Amino acid sequence: MLIKILRQYQVHVVAGGGGAPTSFLYKTFRNSSSSSSSVKKMTVREALNSALDEEMSADRRVLLMGEEVGEYQGAYKVSKGLLQKHGPERVVDTPITEAGFTGIGIGAAYYGLRPVVEFMTFNFAMQAMDHIINSAAKTNYMSAANISVPIVFRGPNGAAAGVGAQHSQCYAAWYGSVPGLKVLAPYSSEDARGLLKAAIRDPGPVVFLENELLYGEAFPVSDEVVDSSFCIPIGKAKIEKQGKHVTITSFSKMVGFSLKAAEILAEDGIDAEVINLRSIRPLDRSTINGSVRKTNRLVTVEEGFPQHGVGAEICASIVEDSFDYLDAPVERIGGADVPMPYAANLERMALPQVEDIVRAAKRLI
Amino acid sequence: MACSATAKILQPLSIRSAEKSESCGKMLSPSSFLGSTPLPKKLFSVNKTISPLARRSATIVAVSSDVVKEKKLKSTQNLLITKEEGLVLYEDMYLGRAFEDMCAQMYYRGKMFGFVHLYNGQEAVSTGFIKLLKKEDCVVSTYRDHVHALSKGVPARQVMSELFGKTTGCCRGQGGSMHMFSKEHNVLGGFAFIGEGIPVATGAAFTSKYKREVFKEDCDEVTLAFFGDGTCNNGQFFECLNMAALWKLPIVFVVENNLWAIGMSHLRSTSDPQIWKKGPAFGMPGVHVDGMDVLKVREVAKEAVSRARRGEGPTLVECETYRFRGHSLADPDELRDPAEKAHYATRDPITALKKYVIENKLASEAELKAIEKKIDEEIEEAVEFADESPVPERSQLLENVFADPKGFGIGPDGKYRCEDPKFTQGTAQV
Repeated sequence: MLIKILRQYQVHVVAGGGGAPTSFLYKTFRNSSSSSSSVKKMTVREALNSALDEEMSADRRVLLMGEEVGEYQGAYKVSKGLLQKHGPERVVDTPITEAGFTGIGIGAAYYGLRPVVEFMTFNFAMQAMDHIINSAAKTNYMSAANISVPIVFRGPNGAAAGVGAQHSQCYAAWYGSVPGLKVLAPYSSEDARGLLKAAIRDPGPVVFLENELLYGEAFPVSDEVVDSSFCIPIGKAKIEKQGKHVTITSFSKMVGFSLKAAEILAEDGIDAEVINLRSIRPLDRSTINGSVRKTNRLVTVEEGFPQHGVGAEICASIVEDSFDYLDAPVERIGGADVPMPYAANLERMALPQVEDIVRAAKRLI
Repeated sequence: MACSATAKILQPLSIRSAEKSESCGKMLSPSSFLGSTPLPKKLFSVNKTISPLARRSATIVAVSSDVVKEKKLKSTQNLLITKEEGLVLYEDMYLGRAFEDMCAQMYYRGKMFGFVHLYNGQEAVSTGFIKLLKKEDCVVSTYRDHVHALSKGVPARQVMSELFGKTTGCCRGQGGSMHMFSKEHNVLGGFAFIGEGIPVATGAAFTSKYKREVFKEDCDEVTLAFFGDGTCNNGQFFECLNMAALWKLPIVFVVENNLWAIGMSHLRSTSDPQIWKKGPAFGMPGVHVDGMDVLKVREVAKEAVSRARRGEGPTLVECETYRFRGHSLADPDELRDPAEKAHYATRDPITALKKYVIENKLASEAELKAIEKKIDEEIEEAVEFADESPVPERSQLLENVFADPKGFGIGPDGKYRCEDPKFTQGTAQV
């Protein structure tokens, strides 16, 4: 059930009155699509919204709970329209009690429901960390499959714009180190839709790290993506751009930066391969290793703190499995090793920029 | 829940007048049973500093929610239990006691290891509450969970194997003493962090309500959350009192107030030690009951559980109880006053129930002895079973990390690791 075979599917024209449950939302996105070309565009926000809506329509056990998800239509409007459509029992506005409502979501998952718990940002989820790790991640193991926890924790992760130190941390490395969790980091709308659907259908706990700055970005989507049974397998990375001189791994917003860096590098004759990790845990080591064995050079890019980060894990994995193939040391790009400053110029310096990726790649060649 | 005479206002129990008041604190007349010392005298003598608080708090009234109804108390009680019920209660309590004593023995012989927290002395709470539940009702507990699991119906041999770390345990030896889970009997754990189980229990109650409202099923399943006095200072406790009352969830919060959190006395760590009072602050009834008396606990439990089943919402029940042993088997238990221990030893719930049953001619001494013998044999058999069970195989180390085994990701050959035929044979790179 986890891997959906991506079928070529005729998209039914869902103009008013179609039986498909997503007609309301389809109208929304069709209106925003470019009318001239046949390529549909969908923002990440719409992708998440439609994925949630479809999964909630398909399975009554799925519910959404979190702060401001209902009447406010979502703190970042990701759950827009869901309260009106599914009702207050299924789209639950909670009080500001991360530890409490995360535990409640997990208890509901223990006893048969499939909740999606939204954190306004994953920084707030630190108050619920005990529950995510101890009550959710470890339970299937501790109970030897007596109790499984089909729950999704989602919300924006990483830096936004000028929100300061307590709202800007990236938690990919923290959650990525815990056995029992699956950790996903989508980049495009296709990723967002497919991975969120896979996460909701997954019988175990999944941490779904979105990015606030990506919500408004529109990406082209194919017909397959729009189909309501579209799913992306968890644990497989995507090679966004093929290349042969250097491998750049990244996830979430950094994929966009890496692709821009690749364009700049191409002008200098350096053909970079950009990998979108999609899944932090389980990490797709075989794709990364395969790519490095081809290009012999690696740059890892992430937004989070460098020590014990995702890049460190990838570097170790390459050294273990593909050491002989490396022609140069691995370059690790991460955020600056400081809490996020507020001033705009300092914040820009504290986060990886396209120039940093380009410089690092050039250092290797 | 019985309420004070003035409608909609719950007067907090002022210590001196507790015996005479008809407020929520006392369901039955306090001294008619089982040689128990009435609560107020004891609290009054133990710590004088409580009185200024009581006087202060007497001026604060807690306004109850509309949910709390008035109910008349019966002034005289006939027998509270039938013979069959009495024997069931006795057997369950004796099972808990004998099991825990055997755990202590096995621990000192090295068969059990790690953290083991024993429940001696608190059996009345577990038996009083859990024996009223159906199989579909849920129980969520803390690390002191052996007896909760046993009362809920998990076989003693499975619990014993789990403690020995054998593969025949209820969690295949992967959970241990503090993590008893059983899907069949709806024991939802077993949590090491105090306060961790309370939101989980609230979530299970949320599911019951969801089934009623969204699936339109005829679901009246109730969840019981057991936790201690130390937990009642934890933030999650209050968060869940709020949400349970807000959403009228079918849950009963059972506080096993044994006055000690490892070596921290409840009175030293809590600004207002009367935990039952925290219920009305959130809009649910708060009840205090003598937790060394299984019949009193059972009466209160009946009302709380049926309140939840009717959809009227949560209840906070504070059971005053005591643990005869230390916090865990590694605890030297030096801080507790021997006089206090001796006092509570005279209120042993099992002896008390035995006395009640015999005095009221519900059963004879011989019948009770037969039950004891049966339980002793059951425990012996459980130990033998656990001893003879195998330890987990090497391949078990990597199993069950994910509910979906494909989550193990992709192996070096590009295929999903779980599809490797050798996956569960322990060759997966341990």
